[in-house]
Amino acid sequence: MAEVRSKVRSFVIENFLFGEEANLSEEASFLEEGIVDSTGILELVEFLEKEFSIRVADDELIPENLDSIVRVESYLMRKLARAEDGARTSFTLPSGA
Amino acid sequence: MCAIAGYLQNRSSRQSEEILFEMIGRLRHRGPDGSGAFFDRGVALGHARLSIIDPQGGAQPLASEDGSLWIVYAGEAFNYLELREELRRRGYRFATTTDTEVVLYLYQEYGPAALEKINGQFALAIWNRRSEELFLARDRLGIRPLYYTRSNGRFLFASEIKALMADPDVPRRLDPDALAQVFTFWTTLPSRTAFRGICELPPGHFMTLRGAALRVRRWWHLPCPPIEERWGGTFEEAREELSALLTDAVRVRLRADVPVGSYLSGGLDSSIVSVLAADAAPGRLRTFSVGFEESALDESSSQMEMAEQLGAEHSRLLVTNEAMREHFVDAVLHCERPIARTAPVPLFLLSEMVRRSGYKVVLSGEGADEVFGGYNIFKEAKIRDFWAREPGSRSRPLLLQRLYPYIFQNHERGWAFVQRFFAVSPRDRDDPLLSHRIRWQSGARRLAFLSDEARAALGEDPLAALSDLLPTGFGAWGPFERAQWLEMTIFLCEYLLASQGDRVAMAHSVEARHPFLDVRIVEFAARLPPHWKMRALSEKRILREAFRPLLPPRVAQRPKHPYRAPVREIFFPEKPGSLLQHLLSVDALRDAGLFHPDRTTHLVRKLSCERGASIGEGDAMALSVIASAQSLHYAFVKNSLRPVCIERPERIVRIDGDQRRSAPPPPSRVAAGEHHG
Repeated sequence: MAEVRSKVRSFVIENFLFGEEANLSEEASFLEEGIVDSTGILELVEFLEKEFSIRVADDELIPENLDSIVRVESYLMRKLARAEDGARTSFTLPSGA
Repeated sequence: MCAIAGYLQNRSSRQSEEILFEMIGRLRHRGPDGSGAFFDRGVALGHARLSIIDPQGGAQPLASEDGSLWIVYAGEAFNYLELREELRRRGYRFATTTDTEVVLYLYQEYGPAALEKINGQFALAIWNRRSEELFLARDRLGIRPLYYTRSNGRFLFASEIKALMADPDVPRRLDPDALAQVFTFWTTLPSRTAFRGICELPPGHFMTLRGAALRVRRWWHLPCPPIEERWGGTFEEAREELSALLTDAVRVRLRADVPVGSYLSGGLDSSIVSVLAADAAPGRLRTFSVGFEESALDESSSQMEMAEQLGAEHSRLLVTNEAMREHFVDAVLHCERPIARTAPVPLFLLSEMVRRSGYKVVLSGEGADEVFGGYNIFKEAKIRDFWAREPGSRSRPLLLQRLYPYIFQNHERGWAFVQRFFAVSPRDRDDPLLSHRIRWQSGARRLAFLSDEARAALGEDPLAALSDLLPTGFGAWGPFERAQWLEMTIFLCEYLLASQGDRVAMAHSVEARHPFLDVRIVEFAARLPPHWKMRALSEKRILREAFRPLLPPRVAQRPKHPYRAPVREIFFPEKPGSLLQHLLSVDALRDAGLFHPDRTTHLVRKLSCERGASIGEGDAMALSVIASAQSLHYAFVKNSLRPVCIERPERIVRIDGDQRRSAPPPPSRVAAGEHHG
């Protein structure tokens, strides 16, 4: 779990903050803090799909799943756990889950 | 179009003619056809000439008949024939057929109020020998540039910043506040330049200097007439009026003693201008356009269709990414400001082709999008204002998908994020900057690329600086008028007309003329109700309807296709040993001290990797700002990119204490007469 969080955090720092990690709160909303813009989120999705070998379904691409480091981590953990259980790799999560 | 330069200094200071000669020498690309200098005690005026009207008789500096006023003038007064008639009726006699002489006597007759009579694009300086006052002025929208600075007891002015730097005492340092503004707005705000201590006379302003006293005054405002002054007629009447005004705006812009060509982008605006020019000008119209390798950016098929209908002799310049890369720095050094968009580069290359084809004047469709509401940002403002009235609506935000089809290729994917990104609340309707705030806040995020020292030196927040410039009562204007004012004041006047207009055209001695920015059109359009310009989400309605019969149906109906040039592609793949690679190296970044080397290196790495092509344009634009600012630093601050050309002007007039003279002799007679200067 710590590894997932650390990978996501590194990506955000490298890719959106260009190496400046000071003051990046793990609960901070990417949109509200201006860390990503509307197209930047697609860069994050591309990274998650490649790094964790998952497919982010259209209806999973919502702020509740992806708008902060802790939300991404939580989404990924659920997604990866389902995958391990042999569930479908693409499914709908309840909003705010 | 020409260039002007000069200085005013304490009478007792040593006159340095070489400084003026070097100033003129640095401006010869703007005026290769002749040059002149004038020296009086404490004042120097210089001119480099691009001869367009009266090639034989228009040498400058030019004196009034009584020798009391001396002018250097860069620009055009398109209504000069009418103004000359008016002055002739008042008893003025003319030694030349130039508009320069008309402008000089207009000033003699009316003082600064003369500016209001001129329908044109100009920057000028007039020295009044009697009152010992220097008068500088710039046209309404700032189509022609004018910069000034003070250094070591000397006040200097010039058409371009590089000429000011002919004086070794002028400080040369990029200004962190200017960089912050460029990241935010894509340009500096009025009066500020990229260089600390160097100012631009804002559009629609004049200034006077007498001794050490300097006074800057605004002489024209972007119009936003109150309801009672709005257009009182019908839509059909307005359409006819527009048609007549634009036809005349093109007609007077064809006044020249050299042939006039036209830019043809393939869009509505330049097509209308070209149609009107083809009708008004004798012979076959000559048109020029830019094409790109990338089909999403290329508009060649529309250009060809239009050129065919016009029967024009058309030339298209295919601008490759390689050519963009090769000439990026050249274009920046002409723009003299960091550029977030690379769109100036193709226009820099196009003007070279125009000049090579034997043309030095072209018409353009610039300004129509601002004046008649052609940009998506106006629609975005309208949608967000509409949405803010009912923030819970599910259907209202969906209108955004119609604006940016390239973002919403898959409407479902990421929509929730996009919606959150553009989200509004009822309170936002009172935000005077609502139309542009998202764009500017995204830009302000890039301030993180400034070095720690540059960030520490920041004096003001860019958005706060802008708020100080808003006109009285701005908050009570309608959303369209507010967005339009912001777009014209900042994007058009400070960025487009310079970096995609004057500077890249004059780099190759080409004068661009913009019929849509004729003062009669700008003031007429301001009186029309907003929905005659943008109906629902259809742009430039009245313009389209006024000229539909003259255009091929595909051009008349075609939605706005924004002019864009590749950004990331000109930096990557990196070319080892190239100038750009050097400018972005850690050593060069450290040496200049403007940008954070680590963060910039991260940015370069991000954009250069395989998936760089799918990254949003904002990052590539940040890199463009950094690379262009680095270019300016090395060229202007370190003086390491370009040799300086010093040239003795062909015509020198001296009226100074030691009575040295050269041909032609200065006027010997000072006649009595009223002067209002």
